Amino acid sequence: MRYLPLTGADRAEMLAAIGVATVDDLFRDVPPAARLSGPVDLPAHQGEWEVEKAIAAMAAKNRHSGELASFLGAGAYRHHIPAAVDHLIQRSEFLTSYTPYQPEIAQGTLQYLFEFQTQVALLTGMEVANASMYDGSTACAEAVEMARRITGRKRVVLSGNLHPHYAEVVKTLGALHETEIVQAAPSPEGGEDLVHAVDGATACVVVQYPDVFGHVRDFSALAESARAAGTLLVVAVTEVVALGALVPPGEMGADIVVGEGQGLGVGLNWGGPYLGLFAARAKYVRQMPGRLCGETVDAEGRRGYVLTLSTREQHIRREKATSNICTNSGLCSLAFTIHLSLLGEAGLTRLAALNHARAVRAADRLAAVPGVTVLNGAFFNEFTLKLPTDAAPVVEALVARGILAGVPGARLWPGRAELANHLLVAVTETNTPAEIEAFAAALAEVLA
Amino acid sequence: MTVKYTEDHEWIAVTGSTGRVGITDYAQGQLGDVVFVDLPAAGVLLEKGGEAAVVESVKAASEVFAPVTGKVTASNAHLEAEPSLVNSSPEGDGWFFEVELSDLAELDGLMDAAAYKDYVASLD
Amino acid sequence: MMNRQGRATAPGDAAAAPVRTVLGHRGLDHEEPLIFELGQDGRSGVDLPEVPAVENRLGGLARKAAIALPGLSEPQVVRHYVRLSRRNYAIDMGLYPLGSCTMKHNPRLNEKLARLPGLADLHPLAPASTTRGAVELMGTLAHWLMVLTGMPAVAMSPKAGAHGELCGIMAIRAALVARGEGESRTRILVPESAHGTNPATAAYCGFKVDPVPGTADGRVDLAALKAKLGPDVAAIMLTNPNTCGLFEREIMEIAEAVHGVGGFFYCDGANFNAIVGRVRPGDLGVDAMHINLHKTFSTPHGGGGPGAGPVVLSEALAPFAPLPWVVGTADGYALLEDAAGQSFGRMAAFHGQMGMFVRALAYMMSHGGDGLAQAASDAVLAANYIQARLSDVMTPSFDGPCMHEALFDDRFLKDTGVTTLDFAKAMIDEGYHPMTMYFPLVVHGAMLIEPTESESRESLDAFIAVMRTLAEAAKAGETERFAGAPHYAPRRRLDETAAARKPILRWTPPAPAKAAE
Repeated sequence: MRYLPLTGADRAEMLAAIGVATVDDLFRDVPPAARLSGPVDLPAHQGEWEVEKAIAAMAAKNRHSGELASFLGAGAYRHHIPAAVDHLIQRSEFLTSYTPYQPEIAQGTLQYLFEFQTQVALLTGMEVANASMYDGSTACAEAVEMARRITGRKRVVLSGNLHPHYAEVVKTLGALHETEIVQAAPSPEGGEDLVHAVDGATACVVVQYPDVFGHVRDFSALAESARAAGTLLVVAVTEVVALGALVPPGEMGADIVVGEGQGLGVGLNWGGPYLGLFAARAKYVRQMPGRLCGETVDAEGRRGYVLTLSTREQHIRREKATSNICTNSGLCSLAFTIHLSLLGEAGLTRLAALNHARAVRAADRLAAVPGVTVLNGAFFNEFTLKLPTDAAPVVEALVARGILAGVPGARLWPGRAELANHLLVAVTETNTPAEIEAFAAALAEVLA
Repeated sequence: MTVKYTEDHEWIAVTGSTGRVGITDYAQGQLGDVVFVDLPAAGVLLEKGGEAAVVESVKAASEVFAPVTGKVTASNAHLEAEPSLVNSSPEGDGWFFEVELSDLAELDGLMDAAAYKDYVASLD
Repeated sequence: MMNRQGRATAPGDAAAAPVRTVLGHRGLDHEEPLIFELGQDGRSGVDLPEVPAVENRLGGLARKAAIALPGLSEPQVVRHYVRLSRRNYAIDMGLYPLGSCTMKHNPRLNEKLARLPGLADLHPLAPASTTRGAVELMGTLAHWLMVLTGMPAVAMSPKAGAHGELCGIMAIRAALVARGEGESRTRILVPESAHGTNPATAAYCGFKVDPVPGTADGRVDLAALKAKLGPDVAAIMLTNPNTCGLFEREIMEIAEAVHGVGGFFYCDGANFNAIVGRVRPGDLGVDAMHINLHKTFSTPHGGGGPGAGPVVLSEALAPFAPLPWVVGTADGYALLEDAAGQSFGRMAAFHGQMGMFVRALAYMMSHGGDGLAQAASDAVLAANYIQARLSDVMTPSFDGPCMHEALFDDRFLKDTGVTTLDFAKAMIDEGYHPMTMYFPLVVHGAMLIEPTESESRESLDAFIAVMRTLAEAAKAGETERFAGAPHYAPRRRLDETAAARKPILRWTPPAPAKAAE
């Protein structure tokens, strides 16, 4: 077996050094009734080529976003990832290292985490950020938990335009702590007013920016009313590239910003692994979940980095920890950091502008299709179409024409018939003008 | 002024019905470098033996228990910027909070300096 | 003609004193500023097409202030991160004996397959008709996990081990609520030796954590456990093999006793790699167990994640599994995203760590059922070999064979002035990543060594020789070797106290220089 270096002779000599006859003797603490008498009922080992062939066959049954023109978004976005990103994250020293618990020989990981935290803080307009969470949805649920701890309150208001998966994760975890979760119905046309939904018993109000239907709204007034009520404003960003074009949530008065960082560096991966972003005001840092990397000096006075404020975490606080989270999304945060470093200020703002311009063109083109309405006035790179018919079969019909048209309302809100005609469409720099034309033409054809 | 000690290594120095609370030199030595102290706000009601504060070193967080029942009247704001005071002056400038005692008789159950010294000696 | 360019080709007498270098570099070890200190306006490492002129529709929310990101070209970015990478230890460089973390070889085939466009470039909300292969892969992996554990169901969406624990305990909670015992069963028993995530998870789910003491031989005290059982016990969370690297001999009695009072048995599967292919947790009476794909099934640790933590479930808990579910159909598998019924909800957006599923399945198929059992055997053999070869110079905490990791404590360092931490740092100078230290908490100055099945005999012998030499040096009073260690790392020991007292958690742009007046 190519991954196992020990030879039969090695094993025999090692058993002799231990003073046992067979390896089974080392398993003698296993109750006899629980020892398997024969091999498990699974195929035997295979060579690289055979495994590659089997898994490639599964991959071939999918029709991926490179093969079809993809306008899918709703929490996961297809952006071009520079080749250097994937090369660098595969360096052994990054790929095959553990959590940086021995800082003297983990400065590579620690320094990029420090850079990552800085980038996230800068993008969101917040004072501090952690070293990442599992993904945007779990980061969102952790933000709600954090707000509950800070305020000592149990009522949580969720925007109806928060991604339904995010809302479900918040509700699933909230059920553990008798959190009263209030959520309005979705407003696909925008215009939801939460200013009056916040009161002195509310721990936090959670909004999405841009929201799940793509609307871009100013939350300054909401932030103000929340502040007056002692309620925290949590802003969730599922498309991080948007922050290259939009006023950052921190400037609008957000207390906690969570996000999905997948759009930079990580790729689609059918939903995971992704990258949870988590940023907050500095005064709340000791209530934050997850790892934090901090700057310090070594015994020779040279700058260096360590994991810090660990007393918040489970390995020290155990049952009193701020969260049970143990891992971060290390390698994904590296990919994000490298991609953003390659872009830089000029690159990110241009990328964001390009996404927006292509989306504007697509919105106009699709709005011209008979029977189709674009519901958004303001948006970044994602908007919602209202079709004259159920969107799901339209999407299937467009697959046959080589287009992944978007996410139909029924996929995200299976219980809401009123959203069945809605189609969430995302347009990124990977969608060429020709693809946009083809989409509009095919949609017209299918609806005709 | 009366100074009393608990088995959890808190001290309380009482003048009239007000007590100033901190952790002992022995406790700070066990904790190592203190990096953060989470103090109760003025007005909080403490119950004898209940959790009153948290003191953190790099690798550990320990609860500080209220040696007496009473209402917090002040906490040591200097510890926020200088948690190292707990190490350098645990029974002086590194005090944690002050409490208005509900029942002075609770002090009778605590150790005096000599008894605490013997208690610490018995621990090793 | 005579060549006058001749130069010395042997080193001669090397200078003894260290050289102070101009830029602080030390040969191949480069000092490297933060990326923010390297950039310059006007540079970018990405070329993008012209942006078509359109009137923006950002609703008056176009960003006004600059972000303050640095501008760098591709070669600068590549050089920066390559330099950083060289400041890390890695499994690909050497033995990485972190007990309970399982730093085994990460096959590159796994990486290659995870990057197949048909898997990597697949949107999670793409129409079902375009993702049949992805569902098949997930279903196939689920099948392997169920067969290897002897369990009837598996929840695939948890994103890491601790997330899996949360999943398992939430399923238990949902099952208790369903049978009307949500209010009455409030206690979860957790052995003192448990990983910190166990009590954190139980508390997060609203349960009281009740610690169970261990025995002198490093296992759960069955009598003490039985004394704690009652109608208010929701579950026990038990790691097996446990965090001392030992198999819980009485695990079946423990399961029976907990089941006897109506509680559930949550097994922390962090150490499943010791028994995979040889013992099925389902045969031990387990109700739920998470599997760290990044430990047992070799997905890369990546400097701290991402992981993946599928949870196998018993018949009693399966109906409560989180969404989505992979279900068998007439022609393969299907993904069920909104099943009604008793599911406790959704733990994360989308369907789980697909990228990790591909890697884990590639690892499993490469080993096969036979190879997985061989890997477990080799891991246990290697740990016992280390324990046997070090037991005369170090102090093993418990007698008898260990499983995949060998636990030592600091008794052998008594009166040497050398601590477990010093010993660990001296290992860095010898070219090794230290073992897990000060965990588990049940022994003093713990050193938990897990070599894994990936080490050759020669590698194990070299490591043993180093550990023996260090142990003897400590006893011989060579304290300077330990107190100042590491000497040969990119950094000496770092001031963690200063970091925690005055946290600096990000780079801050320099304040704009004041204009001269």
